[in-house]
Formats: sequence, structure tokens, C-alpha cells
Amino acid sequence: MSCGVNVEGARLSRALLRVPLRTWAGLLPFLVFAAAFMLLPAGTLLVGSFQDAHGGFSLDNLAHLFRPSILKSYLLTIEVSLVTALGGGVLGFLLAYAVTLGGLPKAFRTFLTTFSGVASNFAGVPLAFAFIATLGRTGFVTVLLKTVFGVNLYTTGFNLYSFWGLSFTYMYFQLPLMVLVITPALDGVRKEWREACENLGASGRQYWRHVALPILMPSLLAAVILLFGNAFGAYATAYALTGGMLDLVPILIGAQIRGDVLHDPNLGYALALGMVVIMTLSIIGSNALQRRSARWLS
Amino acid sequence: MKRASRWAWLWIALGCLYFVLPLVATFLFSLRARKGALSLLAYAHVVRDPQFLRTFAFSLEMAVLTIIVGLALIVPTAIWVHLKLPRARPFIETFALLPFVIPPIVLVFGLIRTYSKPPLAIVTSPVLLIAGYVVLSFPYIFRSVDSGLRAINLRGLVEAAQSLGSRWWTTLGRVVIPNVRAALLSAAFLTFSIVIGELTLAVMLAWPAFGPYMAQVGRDFAYEPAALSVVSFLLTWGMIALMQALSRGLGGTRSAVGGTH
Repeated sequence: MSCGVNVEGARLSRALLRVPLRTWAGLLPFLVFAAAFMLLPAGTLLVGSFQDAHGGFSLDNLAHLFRPSILKSYLLTIEVSLVTALGGGVLGFLLAYAVTLGGLPKAFRTFLTTFSGVASNFAGVPLAFAFIATLGRTGFVTVLLKTVFGVNLYTTGFNLYSFWGLSFTYMYFQLPLMVLVITPALDGVRKEWREACENLGASGRQYWRHVALPILMPSLLAAVILLFGNAFGAYATAYALTGGMLDLVPILIGAQIRGDVLHDPNLGYALALGMVVIMTLSIIGSNALQRRSARWLS
Repeated sequence: MKRASRWAWLWIALGCLYFVLPLVATFLFSLRARKGALSLLAYAHVVRDPQFLRTFAFSLEMAVLTIIVGLALIVPTAIWVHLKLPRARPFIETFALLPFVIPPIVLVFGLIRTYSKPPLAIVTSPVLLIAGYVVLSFPYIFRSVDSGLRAINLRGLVEAAQSLGSRWWTTLGRVVIPNVRAALLSAAFLTFSIVIGELTLAVMLAWPAFGPYMAQVGRDFAYEPAALSVVSFLLTWGMIALMQALSRGLGGTRSAVGGTH
């Protein structure tokens, strides 16, 4: 096997030396497109965030990101992402557990996987509408609770157009994403591990505490970080639900694109750069953890 | 084991409640457009609105063009990498997955700032919208095509075809593509479901697409948005179901073909 790979490798490196330019040229269309419509725009924002209004080099924009109003936006966005990543992560894990290790009939698993595929793609404007129709001021469940049970949701402090309402809505795409991401990891948990624990006299709780959870932990963290990034970049759902009332960073960038609400174009670039940095860190963290967990669960 | 199973039932019941309740509630809400009776009035309003068809047709056109451009860019690149430059795979993969760290709102911000100045002023051209959509769908198309190519014996197929005298384009069109058609179709359906209701790029680049239309209806009406939501959900469901049916149905033939070589 390894011999075959070596021969292959040798043949390849010889081939690479023989026609290097022509071979690399095959990647050109893709690379040119990616450079023009992904790297160049990102580069424009990157360069802009290190410039002052006259085009000179400046670090002021980055310093201005720590203005109270902007810092508040970042913190709010991070809070929404964190709450929905943890909430979606825990509930999604429990659901995935139910259909994999929980011993439910197989039909549930097929249904849950298909449904999660749909629901994780059901985001944006239609999702916001669905929650307005369900839990908005005249929403179906709101009215039902009021007329049948005499409970007025909106006097109990609930408000769909607030932090918790938005988080509750985000969960609708976070939870299924968790199910999709964590199911393969749960499939990797072997029955023998549990049997071995039981033979040694461990309780179910001890098994989870000392065996299953430590093995699953990197996968769980990786998935939760992925969910974090997923909520962090979301614009359409928040825009359609709150109409821009919650000052999330994506909403702020949207307002800045429409008409320089910050009265400082370069600060707008820095705002976008901050988002990319946080997203990049989360994806790198998620990938590193994923690789670590591959040791046990394969 | 029995106790664990009881927990499993509890979690699945709660999960189903959370997933199904908003859908049922939205559907019932959408039927209440006529006072005191259940009716399909909201749906009739939506369908009769000429804007509905116009914006939907526009987004449909954008989706088809995005799929064509995206596949035309990624399929040859991925095949080339698998055949000639396996070492470049991590490099290309990083590029293709990069949109995951650039949120759509940031991407469109960059596109507008880059392409609104004179030498490259194409901000009002649909080319920029389609290019943005292609970038958004890069990760999905790449993953799909890459795993499709990995599942077949690509080198063996190509060498067999060429030893029988087939030329490069014939090999591509009649040997490679038919063997990964399930992967290509699932990439296409996923791209479609991303583009059809997309809001961020369309609204910022000021296009009369289906996403901005839905947002507008949401500001102006009460029951019609719920009807649109139900229609969108069914559309997404249809796309994903088709995708999964295809990958299941063609999965067997795909591995069978790969295995015989």
C-alpha cells in the first residue's frame, strides 16, 4: 500500500517537473474568479480598515471599534451567537442521541435527518415570517394561549422582536445543524465501551461522565463553535424579524452600506474586518478540535 | 437500556414539538385571511400579485445561472486537481471553503466598494450578483463534487476511456460526468435553495429578487407573509427531498460503476 503511494508520488513529482506551468494553468479559471470576487473585495475592506479618510495608514479605525456603541453591538452579536450555539448545541445533541444511541426505531432517524437538512436551510425571511405568525403579537400560539389558557405572553415579558425572541428563532436553524454535524460522531461511539463499563460496575452516569463525554467533547465543542459562526454572520433573519431594531453587527454593516450611518466609511471597513476575524478564529478552532476527535471516532 | 430509551422518547417528542409547531401555526395563521372562516385567500393574493411571479422568475433565472457558472468553474477544477495535482487539493479546498468565514453581508460590502469605482464599475450589472451567489455556493458545490469524485475510481475511468481512444472532452462528458451526476445534482439543488430566497446580496445590490419581495410583503401585509413562508418551506423541502432521493437512488449505481474498474 505505502509502496504504491510512493510510486504514485514519484510519478507525480516527475510529472509536476515536466509540465508544471500547463498543469497549474488548469486551475487558473477558478483561481482568477475567486481572486476577483472573493479575495479582492475582502482585500478592499482589509486595506480600507487600515486607512484614514485621506488614504493614509492609520490604526484609528481599529481603536474606534472599542467605542462603547460599537463594542455593545459586538457583544450583543456574540451573546446571541453564544446563547443559540449552546442552546442549539445541547438540544441538538440530545435529539441526535435519541435517534442514534437512544434505541428509537430507525424511521425516526431517517425523518430527523431529512427534516434537519430542510430546517437548517430554512432561514432568512421565511423563517422570520413563520415565527411572527406563531409567536408575534397576533401570532397563532400567542392568541391560542390568550383565548384558551388566559395567558398573555406579551405581558409576561416575552417579546419576539427582542434578544430572546431572536435567539429562539435562530434556534430553528441552529438545532438541526447540530443534529447534522454531531450524528456522525455519535455513530462512532461503540457499544463495547458501554458494555465494558457496565461489566466493571459503572453506572450510566459514570459512563457518560468518564467515558462517552470526554471522547465526544472535541466533536461537541467543534460543532458548537461552528454553530456560533453560523449565527454570528446571519443577517436576513434578524433584518426580517426585527427590522433593524437590534443593533447586531451585520445589521450595523447593512445600515452602513445603505448610507454611512457611522459617518466614517473606514470605520465601516474595520467593522466588517472584525467580523471576518471572529469567524476565522471560530472556524480554525472548530477544525483543530475536529481533527483531535478523529483519533477515537472514526 | 430501557431507561435510556424513555429519555430518547422525551427528547424526540420535545424536538418534534419545537420543529412542527411553528410550521402548523404558520399554516393555520395563513388560512385566516378571511374573517371568521378558514380560506386560501392569502395564497390567492400572493399568486395574483404580478410582483410575486416577476420576482420569483428573476430569482429562478439567477439560481440557474449561478448553478451553471458554479459547476462550470468547480467541476473541471476539481477533476483537474484529482487527476493531475492532488497536492493542490488542500489549497483549492481552502479557497472553496473561504466563504464560510466571510458572511454574505461582508462579501456584498466588499463587492460594492470594489466594483463601484470607474475602472471596474459593474455594481449595477447582474454579473456582480451572480458572481456573489457563485462565491456563496462555492463550499457546497466543492464539497459535493469533491466527495462525488472521491467515491469513483476517477483515474481508472479516465485511463480506460483514453486507452480506448476517447478524447478529453468526450471522456469528461460521457464517462466522468455521468458517474458523478448524483453529486452534481445535489450541488445544484443546494445552490438553488440558497439562491431562490436570498436576501442580503439582492437587497444591497438593489435587485427585484424574491427575497427582498418577501421582506416587502412582510412589512405591508399580515397573512400573506405566512402564506409565502409555507410556500418557501415546501420549496426547500422539495429540493432537499429530491437531493436525498437522488443520492440514495444513484448511490448504488455509482459505487457499482466505480467498483467494476
